[in-house]
Amino acid sequence: MMGIFDEELKSLRERVLKLGVVVENAIRDSVRALIERDSELAKEVIKRDHLINALDVGIDEECVRLIALRQPMARDLRFITTTMKITTDLERMGDLAVNIAERAIELNEEPLLKPFVNIPKMAEVAQSMVKDTLDAFVTGCSRLPYEVIKRDDEVDELTVRNFEELLSFMIQDPKIIPLAVKRTYIAKYLERIADHATNIAEMVIYMCKGKIIRHTEMPEE
Amino acid sequence: MPGMIEIEVKDLNFYYSGSLRALNKINLSVHKSAVTALIGPSGCGKTTLLRCFNRLHDLYPKNRYEGEILFQGENILSGVTDLINLRSRIGMVFQKPTPFPMSIFDNIAYGLKLRGIKKRSDLSERVERALKHAALWDEAKDKLNASAYDLSGGQQQRLVIARALAVNPEVLLFDEPTSALDPISAAKIEELMEMLKKEITIIIVTHNMQQAARISDYTALMYLGELIEFGDTDTIFVNPQNKLTEEYITGRFG
Repeated sequence: MMGIFDEELKSLRERVLKLGVVVENAIRDSVRALIERDSELAKEVIKRDHLINALDVGIDEECVRLIALRQPMARDLRFITTTMKITTDLERMGDLAVNIAERAIELNEEPLLKPFVNIPKMAEVAQSMVKDTLDAFVTGCSRLPYEVIKRDDEVDELTVRNFEELLSFMIQDPKIIPLAVKRTYIAKYLERIADHATNIAEMVIYMCKGKIIRHTEMPEE
Repeated sequence: MPGMIEIEVKDLNFYYSGSLRALNKINLSVHKSAVTALIGPSGCGKTTLLRCFNRLHDLYPKNRYEGEILFQGENILSGVTDLINLRSRIGMVFQKPTPFPMSIFDNIAYGLKLRGIKKRSDLSERVERALKHAALWDEAKDKLNASAYDLSGGQQQRLVIARALAVNPEVLLFDEPTSALDPISAAKIEELMEMLKKEITIIIVTHNMQQAARISDYTALMYLGELIEFGDTDTIFVNPQNKLTEEYITGRFG
């Protein structure tokens, strides 16, 4: 019996990883579509979102099925509840990538306001956070989730810096406000992606240690 | 009152027939007005431990205890303990219902009569109270003179609980009380325990992990005669600290 259950857990973990990869690609492509002004790529990100939604629903259903039929306890229970929560975070990240792609299509139709500086940096940090949280989810207990949580501050700082720079542009030339506001949106989307990655990191710590560290000071390792 | 200690087990060893050691240095605090579940694989010593609490092992010669079991501060393993009195204060319910071959009424009145209660009106009142206490009154009130064997298995188990309750015990020991019952009857017994624990301390041995999780406030995991982990049930089932506990409750043991 246990062998089958272990197989089921393994396959559930693989499905989460698959979802993670699809989401990572969506984020990467949406940012590339913006920076390389490639609206076709942006449209593709939007089109691919249904894959993320389908994986999200499938994983949720599998979690509920395993809880009902296997009545998991201890680390199995923590793994399955963590999976349910991080799947929601991943799905939201996918939605945010779609939002970035939508703004990219709009911005690509207008002249370039100024070269992108902060947004590529934010994207890079946010993507590394997503990748590392998923690695932590698979490899289990390590320093990785703690590092991800710390990295969120970097993204927050870049969001503020990006906004301040755009604000000074807008004050100088109110005509650019529609474009500048869209660029602040994109920074906000990336900042939210990093927040979701932080949520996942916190859940992975819960999965490993059985301690909920959300809404607390920076956790002890 | 939760948090108070009803029974304290200190360095308890137990030997069957004088030599075979079945319990090894058990230390455990049983909280008052709470349900404590003893779990573990077959042969781990959980039933042996349960039977120490009312000295049931004394029925067989050469069984031997070492250490102390303090019940409300008094060591019940000392030579001066009155076992009849102890067993009415610490009652027991077994896996299979054990009604006496007599009427429903007499099953409950039996223990009361032994304790000197003879007046029919007193007996009737106590029998009714015990049956209500065990949530059996509505089903049994119209057939009190029928044989206890006319009751269903679940009803018989509640009758046995009523019989134990009639003599006002302070502790009830349950040895897999629902493993011979269907899920509905089992749920009734579990619900009953939930009510009883307000006034009675309950210790239950169960192989059903979900049952332990549902009804107990504290859980002890035993293995090879030793207490492996003891803690509040939430912790044991969500985040156990011991690897053996983790393996056992997730079904990966052995």
